[in-house]
Amino acid sequence: MDSAMIIGIINIIIIGTTPLIFAAIGELVAEKSGVLNLGLEGMMLVGAVSAFVTLVITGSYFMALIVSLISGLLMSGFFAFLVLYLIANQVASGLALTIFGIGISSMIGKNYIGTPIEGLSPYFFVIMSFVIVILVGYFFKKTKTGLIIKAVGESHNSAHSLGFNVIKIRFLSILFGGAMSALAGFYISICYAPMWQEGMIAGRGWIALALVVFATWNPERVLLGAYIFGGVAIIQMNLQAFGVKFPGQFFNMMPYLVTIIVLVIISGNKLRIKLSAPACLTIPFNKNQ
Amino acid sequence: MISIVPRGSSSQLMFILAPIFAIFLTLFFGAIIFAFMGYSPFAALKIFFISPISNAYGLSELLVKATPLALIAVGLSFCFKNNIYNIGAEGQLTMGAIFGGGVGILFYDVNSFLILPMMIIAGGIGGALWASILALLKIKFNTNEILTSLMLAYIALLILDYLVVGPWRDPDGFNFPKTRSFGESGRMPILFDGLRVHFGLIITLILLALSWFVYSKTMFGYQLKVSGYSPKAARFAGFNKNFLIFSAFAISGAFAGIAGIGEVSGPIGLLYRDISPNYGFTAIIVCFLGRLHPVGIIFASLIIALTYLGAEDAQLFLQIPASVGFVFQGLVLFFLLGTDLLVNFKLRLNTLNG
Repeated sequence: MDSAMIIGIINIIIIGTTPLIFAAIGELVAEKSGVLNLGLEGMMLVGAVSAFVTLVITGSYFMALIVSLISGLLMSGFFAFLVLYLIANQVASGLALTIFGIGISSMIGKNYIGTPIEGLSPYFFVIMSFVIVILVGYFFKKTKTGLIIKAVGESHNSAHSLGFNVIKIRFLSILFGGAMSALAGFYISICYAPMWQEGMIAGRGWIALALVVFATWNPERVLLGAYIFGGVAIIQMNLQAFGVKFPGQFFNMMPYLVTIIVLVIISGNKLRIKLSAPACLTIPFNKNQ
Repeated sequence: MISIVPRGSSSQLMFILAPIFAIFLTLFFGAIIFAFMGYSPFAALKIFFISPISNAYGLSELLVKATPLALIAVGLSFCFKNNIYNIGAEGQLTMGAIFGGGVGILFYDVNSFLILPMMIIAGGIGGALWASILALLKIKFNTNEILTSLMLAYIALLILDYLVVGPWRDPDGFNFPKTRSFGESGRMPILFDGLRVHFGLIITLILLALSWFVYSKTMFGYQLKVSGYSPKAARFAGFNKNFLIFSAFAISGAFAGIAGIGEVSGPIGLLYRDISPNYGFTAIIVCFLGRLHPVGIIFASLIIALTYLGAEDAQLFLQIPASVGFVFQGLVLFFLLGTDLLVNFKLRLNTLNG
């Protein structure tokens, strides 16, 4: 391997990893506030298809981005309404969001499969992914709002007694997660692919979910984890392309396996799980109760 | 303003009515979506929900799809009743198919009535083993089963993928990613000539009846319900918490595994990548829609099976992608979760003076 090839591979890794970072950092914020949204895959698909269709119709990348973000806000807003106002089960609501997203995205995109578009350069978004992670890290460590979100995720009853509006804070955190998932979808259908294909998110939503756990809810570690997960997947694909024979499936299992191992390490110890996972994750809140 | 006030005790009426509301709301919104896409809503709904089951073949297909859904869902009810969120039934189904299918491939040229029972037992063991990993992780390390079950589901799917493109690939299969076909002895008997509904349906019905019996007539079923309803009461009563967790996982895994082997030894006849159109995840909807109750699950499995059939017909006659079935599945779960609020809470209109 010469240096040009190494640079080439690094380039592919960076481009391929960026959507994982967007989706995971959005989910991280939602989970920090105490809400587990399993709808990532669905929101990413809808974000991807709405961006693609808008681009084909209007020819405007800006419009595509806006419509994609709106789709993410709508999907996550609906989820938030269910779990926050109707006190629905978060796990089931998130799965419903993913199942619905898989279906509705392929219905919206059925006439756009194979439509050629001119892709957008990914590098602006690559830089943006780093900036967002740093901002979110700063937000949780240094700003009052960040600390309030963490408080709501750790103990919604105490936060409520202190006069914070738990529902509103969670709603906004979920919306942020939805917008970031949609951005990841936009990036995949407009910059990375660039095309629309049914189910094109191909499990990245679940990897992003695993990533949040792997990062033990720490924004900067999302970056590290995303590059490890993304790097392994891409090196595996490239080695296959060079004719190296080995079962790539075992490489693809890595993110899931590592996440289970991380869960075992942090969950076995009461103090450690308290320090990593938001204590109120998946627990519903009703102030009238 | 409307405020949400807890009821003193949960409403039995709403408990039964909520799924029915959810189904009607889904049909209503489905019609709106069809109209929005430029189809006549009534014609589309007819193609989706009525024409697929207006002949014997259609009814048989409905049962073919409802068979794994009901079986997985009733298995999951053992977990959900105990407040264990095993959402990785897709993985347990896949492991069941791998274990049972492995037996089928090994004895593909042997003719014996023992092959099929061996495959079914192996399938149940495969699913139960895969779910026991989750149970052990939860009992020993207190891991969150929502995340671990999801992760293990994707690992199982990758193992199946590895087997069918690697060591188990059909030597005469022109490099297609599939195994060789099971022999005649490794196939579920067909119930009616010319239709695809198979013996798996009988297994599902037996296990449904068995589950009903366990829930309503045994101490174990009672303990499961109590520990889900009030973990504190269960602790004071001295129930063995770890045993209950382990058996809930093992039962749901075994049922999903049997559903998996039922699929591959029934309609499919070999192993390949896409043995399940998301049955493991969809069964979660069936379980909730059926109220975690064996009888409710039978009705729910038929309704959700219809979304699969309707989607196939919609693709054929309306050129709508078959994934439209997922739209309906997602909607029905959304509406169910939404209307569920009314079971434990009531809405109160706050007046200014009030």
